[in-house]
Amino acid sequence: MAEWAGYFTLILKGAVTTVELTLIGCTIAFIMAFAAGLGRLSTHFTVRALATTYIEFFRGTSIFVQLFWAFFVLPLIGIPLSPFLSGALALGLNVGAYGAEVVRGAIMAVPREQHEACVALNFNAWQKMRYVILPQAFVLMLPTFGNNAIELLKGTAVVSLISISDMTFQAQVVRSQTGDTTMPFLSILIIYFMISLLISTSIRGLERRLSQGLDVTKA
Amino acid sequence: MEWDWAFTLKILPQLADGVVITIQATLMGSIVSMLLGLCWAIVRRSKNVFTRRASNLCVEFIRGTPLLVQLYFLFYILPDAGILLSPLVAGVIGLGIHYSAYTAEVYRAGIDNISAGQWEAAKACNLNARQTWIHIIAPQAIRPMIPALANYFISMFKETPLLSAITVLELMNQARSVANFSYRYLEPMTMVGVFFLIISVPSVIFLRRLERRYALSD
Repeated sequence: MAEWAGYFTLILKGAVTTVELTLIGCTIAFIMAFAAGLGRLSTHFTVRALATTYIEFFRGTSIFVQLFWAFFVLPLIGIPLSPFLSGALALGLNVGAYGAEVVRGAIMAVPREQHEACVALNFNAWQKMRYVILPQAFVLMLPTFGNNAIELLKGTAVVSLISISDMTFQAQVVRSQTGDTTMPFLSILIIYFMISLLISTSIRGLERRLSQGLDVTKA
Repeated sequence: MEWDWAFTLKILPQLADGVVITIQATLMGSIVSMLLGLCWAIVRRSKNVFTRRASNLCVEFIRGTPLLVQLYFLFYILPDAGILLSPLVAGVIGLGIHYSAYTAEVYRAGIDNISAGQWEAAKACNLNARQTWIHIIAPQAIRPMIPALANYFISMFKETPLLSAITVLELMNQARSVANFSYRYLEPMTMVGVFFLIISVPSVIFLRRLERRYALSD
């Protein structure tokens, strides 16, 4: 039983890495989602083309391929990244591309009159986004962002294959040391599920708070 | 590191072998997930509260945990229980179970979108349960499901490289074995990306057309 506790500590240490990766990945994804989502709505052709290329490229190939590419190929062409960094970057860029479509969809879902009202009030582009469009659009984005964050959490398991010692990696270590398969894999399944429950409940709480005082029709 | 075209051409046949396995896994996984998803959707409509809650929890659990870990679970734990699966079969079952949690949601949404008036009208016409489903509900519910299902099959296709972790010799694994053999990573890894784009970009275009064709007209 004592050694069992030791192995469990190992898995918990992996869980910390998983959570770190998820948080950093989500931050990158959040920034990229807004940059590319707003970019796709830009009036400049080049900005739009760049954003579309980014989105289609990262949505078109799988996270797995992107991760391996970042890990094996980027160092060869002179961009050495630590495994952790290339993992976080690949996850963030991948999920960011999905998030960009959410941002675009939510902004377009804000009724036309709201845009027109901003013109009537002589708001500039920044004021329009900051005070009128985003507060309404953001609430619409939240549920899907929550799902994307869970997808990102699930994606972190893949980084174990490029030698990052996340939870899945540690479970493999425990498996190869003890020969026991049920304990490590069952416990990480449960921990992953608990983290994803945490994400979905906190997003729901945030949604309730932010939608107070807003008269938005739920999409 | 320079791109070597001769090397790229040389490894192409081996990668093509991998593509075939990748497509097979996707097709079989799609079928499993469609059938299993239907089972979930039916069980979740059960009148028994306990069955409903339990199946909801199962679906949430499948959706909330990584496919890779589920694959490991199938691949490493089932043999302990005396069930020996070939890597590809384990992979197809894993993909199918994972995506059934998503297809179940598609079925549910499709059925819930049928307005109450349709159910009432069926009742008013004295149709029995079977007639109601076959003649009233299914024809209306299936149309909007098609693009949504296709969407998940494309994402399933993009997740098949995970099968390489349980030793299925699909595209990614072929590329890795080429790379480990020749110490050249640039071409194999890039070609994997190119293959995925070659298949997924036309699929996405096809999907957009499906969406337009099966879009709800009202």
